[in-house]
Amino acid sequence: MKMKTILAAGAMSVAAIAANNAHAGAVLDGIKAKGFVQCGVNTGVPGFSAANAEGKWEGIDVDVCRAISAAVLGDANKVQYTPMTAAQRFTALQSGEIDILSRNTTATLTRDAKLGLTFVGINYYDGQGFMVPKALGVKNVSELDGATICVEPGTTTELNMADYFRAKGMSFQPVVIENINETTAAFFAGRCDVYTTDASGLASVRQTMAPNPDDYVILPEIISKEPLGPSVAQGDDQWADVARWAMFAMLEAEEYGVTSENVDEMKKSESPAIQRLLGVSPGMGEALGLDEEWAYRIIKQVGNYGESFKVNVTDKLGLERGINALWTNGGLQYAWPVR
Amino acid sequence: MANSLKLPPGPVGTVGQRSVTWVRKNLFNSWFNSLLTLLSIAFVLWIVPPIIEWAFVNSTLTPSIDACRAVTGACWGFINANLRLILFGVYPYDEQWRPLLAMIVLFGVIIASLAGVKYPRMQKLIIPMWVVGIPVIAILMWGGMLGLTYVQNSSWGGLPLTLILSTIGIVFAFPLGLLLALGRQSNMPAIKTLSVVYIEVIRGVPLITVLFMASVMFPLFLPDGVSIDKLLRAQIGIILFTAAYLAEVFRGGLQAVPRGQFEAGDSLGLSYWQSMRLIILPQALRLVIPPTVNSFISMLKDTTLVVIIGLFDLLGAVKLALRSDPAWTRYYVEGYVFAAAIFFLICYSMGRYSAYLEKELRKGERR
Repeated sequence: MKMKTILAAGAMSVAAIAANNAHAGAVLDGIKAKGFVQCGVNTGVPGFSAANAEGKWEGIDVDVCRAISAAVLGDANKVQYTPMTAAQRFTALQSGEIDILSRNTTATLTRDAKLGLTFVGINYYDGQGFMVPKALGVKNVSELDGATICVEPGTTTELNMADYFRAKGMSFQPVVIENINETTAAFFAGRCDVYTTDASGLASVRQTMAPNPDDYVILPEIISKEPLGPSVAQGDDQWADVARWAMFAMLEAEEYGVTSENVDEMKKSESPAIQRLLGVSPGMGEALGLDEEWAYRIIKQVGNYGESFKVNVTDKLGLERGINALWTNGGLQYAWPVR
Repeated sequence: MANSLKLPPGPVGTVGQRSVTWVRKNLFNSWFNSLLTLLSIAFVLWIVPPIIEWAFVNSTLTPSIDACRAVTGACWGFINANLRLILFGVYPYDEQWRPLLAMIVLFGVIIASLAGVKYPRMQKLIIPMWVVGIPVIAILMWGGMLGLTYVQNSSWGGLPLTLILSTIGIVFAFPLGLLLALGRQSNMPAIKTLSVVYIEVIRGVPLITVLFMASVMFPLFLPDGVSIDKLLRAQIGIILFTAAYLAEVFRGGLQAVPRGQFEAGDSLGLSYWQSMRLIILPQALRLVIPPTVNSFISMLKDTTLVVIIGLFDLLGAVKLALRSDPAWTRYYVEGYVFAAAIFFLICYSMGRYSAYLEKELRKGERR
């Protein structure tokens, strides 16, 4: 245990030194020179990053990289994907193997401060939830005292649940199964009363694995915060800025109603905010070290945040926007103004 | 004397009578064996029909979710719809003829090499074939020249990746293992110690640790901006790992060669390498064909571990396909059965070839 800590600390400090050596703008120059963005993605989470039947990567995490590529290189398809497991992802970023990590990663203090990462935004607000069969008649989590709960071992999910139940003074019977397919199969076979994982996971499991999705309900309580977002290596602020504003541009576009379909007409818009976003009134691109059409290309080629969310998350997983709605619709997605 | 040369009496009775006799003699010759036979028949009847029903009768090949939802048996449509993703991973769709061709070249070279036992004239061609074959495969897979677009090897996957990792692994681990085995037998203390330490350290850790070190720790020790490719790191890890196991297999073979053979070599005035090449190794390697092939088979199966460092071998590509569309996720049994069938085909052929090789090389000992 102690050895592990020392090793990990050693690895981290080496990484931190390596990351701090990078001078501002190095990553951006590197990308322009090699002609593609090297993007670390998940090895397969439908809706976030997964390969389709043609082997092409799709998902909202993938769209972040595509947006950056469109902004920097002019073509959303100039992205090379490196599938990353959870253990590898931070090393790959620290060692410069990838330019950006867009792999449904929870932003936390230690990761941001100690691991030498900079989180550039949150593209999905997730949190842990509970699903029960409708027939059980349970309306909220406080009625789950003594329930048997299916959960995957070794996850923060398992720890969060234990913390939550202990804090509320309730008892529970965990049914711990290693593999997600088997965990869900056990739940739908009735081996446990409750299935718990991240809310996005619950919804997709209900949609795709349940014999009849209407027989199951997801309880309203969300017991943990899982802000998922892309990150870059610390030490190159210009690159972090480009990544951050590529994400914000997608959100701004949705807020102003600019879509991949109407973006050409919107160029004629009278609204100063839209004019700034689309580069009609110049200045924004220059400030980022890009050309003035950067955001126009993102919206044209990738779409705004709402479009990306609908195609990848709503259509595939049957998940509504929920807390990922724009702030104007009561959600948490709030872009800083492009001005 | 003449009587002893008489042929044994030929079979008596009709085919039916003989089979009854055979069954009595082999299956029902005691109450215990009768019970076992009946239980076995019951077990087979209990287990086989449902499998056949699941796999063939109630299954569908139609590559659509709706067709799969409509049947109670296997959804082979999942394989059908995602076949190219499973076989080639995320290799660019329009370029997938390249890994296909590379696999054909690889198979050609392997089969031609294996045929060398039967056709001695092929033996001279084996090394040139590999010297030409490996670059051809590399150019096909990577591209970047001859008008082929460049494909990063983080996009390689599926069956070609499995075959490349294991073939290159075998080709390089074999000589390395041989050198280590000789080193361990050597009279030179430095070489001997080095070999022993290497073999024992590598055998003392699981492959998964070697892969993790190669993919997680190793990059941190490289200078800034230098990064060695992920696939190459995994490949080197596999080679180093397998070589240590092969070294011990070969040592077994070397120790089984009688002392007199070494002395014979010395008394003929042969140098160390000459006597190894001409006298010792041909005998030693022939003795250890079964455990060597054993190591190869287990290495082929171990390549599936690269999934933990984000490379998609055949099994990894099956998992990738399961998650390509959430609707397919529930058909994981079909996916794993398909991968198992391919692995079985490859490993079983390796086993059969090893048996054949043993028989061919023993011809000299038969009278």
